Amino acid sequence: MPERTPGQTVGPFFHYALPYDGDRELVAPGTGIRLHGIVYDGAGSPVPDALIEIRQADAAGVVPVVPGSLVRNGVFTGWGRCATDRVGEYWFSTVEPGAVDGGAPFFAVTVFARGLLDRLFTRIYVPDHPALTNDRLLASLDADDRARLIATRGADGSLQLDLHLQGDNQSVFLTYPGHK
Amino acid sequence: MADAARGGDDWLVNEPVAPELAQEQISAEIAAAHAGPGGVRVEPSGPALDFAPYRSSLLRFPTKDLRQADPEGAELLAPVFGEHDVDPLEADLTIQAGGEPLGERILVAGRVLDGDGRPVRDQLVEIWQANASGRYIHQRDQHPAPIDPNFTGVGRCLTDADGNYSFTTIKPGPYPWRNHRNAWRPAHIHFSLFGTDFTQRLVTQMYFPGDPLFGLDPIFQSISDPAARERLIATYEHDLSQHEWLLGYRWDIVLTGSHATPLEDEDHA
Ligand SMILES: [Fe+2]
Repeated sequence: MPERTPGQTVGPFFHYALPYDGDRELVAPGTGIRLHGIVYDGAGSPVPDALIEIRQADAAGVVPVVPGSLVRNGVFTGWGRCATDRVGEYWFSTVEPGAVDGGAPFFAVTVFARGLLDRLFTRIYVPDHPALTNDRLLASLDADDRARLIATRGADGSLQLDLHLQGDNQSVFLTYPGHK
Repeated sequence: MADAARGGDDWLVNEPVAPELAQEQISAEIAAAHAGPGGVRVEPSGPALDFAPYRSSLLRFPTKDLRQADPEGAELLAPVFGEHDVDPLEADLTIQAGGEPLGERILVAGRVLDGDGRPVRDQLVEIWQANASGRYIHQRDQHPAPIDPNFTGVGRCLTDADGNYSFTTIKPGPYPWRNHRNAWRPAHIHFSLFGTDFTQRLVTQMYFPGDPLFGLDPIFQSISDPAARERLIATYEHDLSQHEWLLGYRWDIVLTGSHATPLEDEDHA
């Protein structure tokens, strides 16, 4: 088996390379929901130079395997990218993912930032879904950590979850068997 | 592009300025970290996230254990990209701005493989880099080296059916940064990669052989295993060089393991 290539930080200079027009608009703004939050560091300061990517199912629970994330042409690809702004906020215009094979619906999330030497993985779960109680990852966590993975629904239907890279409120970051 | 175009913004502070912090101190910290235990890592051979010689990491690494998860749903499927997404001309960084950029013209080529050695086909590769003088187009780069009006330093391509990628570009220069006094990054190209699973996502940096700055750089040295560090260094390959035109470098990339079963893999083949 070939030996793995290590990661390195995304650094401070990705903004002119990785963001692109429509990167955070999986659907046209106003036609779906807004997923948003603020990225914080261990001192509680917002992180204005992070990059968040999401991967998700459509509303029917189907994960699209179709091209078109860079030039969307109205196709829902289930993938998006958003650099945080000056107050550390990320946002996506998207749809609420449906349950895949009956599991609790979530957005799969990757976090990059200056100062973060390797990418981090996490999930953002859709709140109030009956399958949350059967989810294996959530069941393995205490109540505080569980709450840190589940979005809050706003009055307008938006989903909100802040990400904390470090500190008492640190988000739950994940590794997968393939990373071993 | 949109963010870089916010001219005049001063909210993008550069790396913390530590004018009194000597390279000797950073080098001693690197040596101590390599001799010490563990470190917080996403992968065993990856960089230590809690690598204090890289000062910007101090408040940005998770102090709580990472949790093991079994991938499911969207985590099992990377996004896919197609011919609509990427113009083949984006793989040549020397023809993007109208004129010839200054510097040493190079080809960087290699294969993207998954953890089992299978090629990652038809997948997006993104790169960004400084110009030959060590200057990024980025608004935030205040290094007083010349901007090259004929070089943006951004490229994209799709791998072919065997996982091959190839970029024509200019060899980037090393550049100073503000981690400590007289801190210089070894010349590098930033790479962004996808596999077949979402969990195989990788962003890393490719370096050039024989760089005298390797031992001094806390980002490169955040990988404590020397053999793993070597895997970030391209090799000069004369067969990739082109007569009276450019010099060729090869760099193969190996992602983490896919979670697909062999049967599923055949279905998708
Ligand atoms: Fe760089």
